[in-house]
Amino acid sequence: MSIGALTIASQGTAPAKPRRAALVPTAVLLLGAVYALLPIAWVLIAASKTNTQLDSYAAFRPGGSFLANFRNLTSYDGGVFWTWMLNTALYAGGGAILSALVSALTGYGFAKYRFRGKGFLFTMILVGMLVPAVVLAVPQYLLVAKIGLANTYWAVLIPSIISPYGIYLARIYAGASVPDEVLEAARMDGSGEWRTFLRIGVPMMVPGLVTIFLFQFVAIWNNFLLPWLMLSSENKYPLTVGLFTLLDAGTSQPALYTLVLLGSLLSILPLILLFFLLQRFWRVDLGAGSVK
Amino acid sequence: MTTATSSVQHGPAASVSLARRGRPGGGRGWSPSPRRTPYAFIAPAVVLFAAVFLVPLGWTIYLSTQKTQVQGLGLGAGARKQVSAGFANYTAVFQDGEFWQSVLRALLYGCILIPVMLGLATVFALILDAQRVRFQRFGRIAIFLPYAVPTLIGSMIWGMMYLPAFSPINSTLHALFGVQGIDFFGQRTVFLSVANIGVWGGTGFNMMVLYTALRSLPQEAYEAARIDGANERQIALRIKLPMIRPAVIMTAIFSTIATLQVFNEPYAMHQISYGGVSTTWTPLMTVYRDTYTANDIYLGAAESVVIALLMFVLSVAVLRLTNRQIFGGEAR
Repeated sequence: MSIGALTIASQGTAPAKPRRAALVPTAVLLLGAVYALLPIAWVLIAASKTNTQLDSYAAFRPGGSFLANFRNLTSYDGGVFWTWMLNTALYAGGGAILSALVSALTGYGFAKYRFRGKGFLFTMILVGMLVPAVVLAVPQYLLVAKIGLANTYWAVLIPSIISPYGIYLARIYAGASVPDEVLEAARMDGSGEWRTFLRIGVPMMVPGLVTIFLFQFVAIWNNFLLPWLMLSSENKYPLTVGLFTLLDAGTSQPALYTLVLLGSLLSILPLILLFFLLQRFWRVDLGAGSVK
Repeated sequence: MTTATSSVQHGPAASVSLARRGRPGGGRGWSPSPRRTPYAFIAPAVVLFAAVFLVPLGWTIYLSTQKTQVQGLGLGAGARKQVSAGFANYTAVFQDGEFWQSVLRALLYGCILIPVMLGLATVFALILDAQRVRFQRFGRIAIFLPYAVPTLIGSMIWGMMYLPAFSPINSTLHALFGVQGIDFFGQRTVFLSVANIGVWGGTGFNMMVLYTALRSLPQEAYEAARIDGANERQIALRIKLPMIRPAVIMTAIFSTIATLQVFNEPYAMHQISYGGVSTTWTPLMTVYRDTYTANDIYLGAAESVVIALLMFVLSVAVLRLTNRQIFGGEAR
């Protein structure tokens, strides 16, 4: 069909293209969608099966025990699953809000002021983006243990606040969306620097800050290594660590597999919800700075 | 253009409200002296950066040159103390076959993962940006969705889908084609099994990065090509693809860095695969075992430093290679 379009156009008879659907690309796109959705669909179905049905039923034949599984998961170990859910929300929500605030401050500072050491400091923070987590994870744990913060909420929260990527984005947003003339006008009217930032800078940066919040929220929600190293008591675990220990127990006690499956399903629902609610803020423009 | 409109809209309103609130005589609340102001803005980030990145980094390097010395029978407090080890830990790392095997494994894993993941991401991004393709919105959301699944959870789900007892993949293959089950944890297949988890989880994000890059291209470039009779495939491959190369390079570098660090996928698989994935399958798993299970933080620190250096070399190599491929053909 593409050859057809080419010949028609070259003959000069029909400048308007035929509006038929392009079949091959559409099919490829749909195949990709099926591949992406398949495991999620399988978990959805598997979570409705009893443990024996998991073995005996065909893979995509649903069982009828969704509610029973839900009750089992809720009552497992005194309802610890919902503690994990709350913890995760706390780590991700609190960490992402603080991260967006710190990024806003820093990005605005870098974009709107000239000062000595600016280039060096910014480069240093960007290089931080490239320092692999592996190099930091172990000494971070040892440091945290040394100051007595191991196995506390702070041990997971504090390292989640700083995000070089968030600072990088915030600098771009501040540069692009907060005009210098407006800041000048505010200064002329006698507004202090701090208040100019809060009253003028922050409101103009809000869409960008929501994006930073979202990416950091997902990053913390998905984090496993940091809480896995930092925390030792079950009631402080986030979902990833909690479900992993459940899976670990499941290798010797297969009845737990249904709980792991249902727990996995429930653990991804809040993020999927966040996706759809805040869809327009999901922008992944890595090269934004170079373009503008 | 946004700049102009927003200054028109916000400018006067903002200055009015501030003028009304501003009290004469300097009672404007906290306002640092102009020279220190920028430092006040970036101070929290710098302090956190030092605490979370610099100090641990420096400490890792320091720890990598230390070792524990046991005195006497090794009993009681003070019997174990930390002494300088020089480069002994590094020598141990360089002689540790298991460690280098885990590095090789990670490289092999990356060689499978990165081309497949970025290839798919590029194809999907180009399809999303093409004309006359149906279901674009659905496809975009569906393929991006695995990004919302924590890597560890995704790995656990795939791991259970690989389990011989209730693998939906094997049962579907059996039902459709009568094929015998695949052993997902075999010595060779396990690479593909783990890489598949990475492809599944990473394609959507990279697709969105490239799609965003495509959307920011000037449309005029392909309008002209369309008028000249180029079809969508030609436009995608000859015009769009060269123009988003910088974004492709960025994703390649970030993926390379992520590959050597891979932990969550194989760690979850280790738990499920009955030994198909060993405790030292990837470099980070080796660090984890040596530091926590074997309790040798000094060796673990030296391994971490070596991995960081390898990663740096690898990133530079990828950068050079991709740059040469892109600009090598240019006239000088």
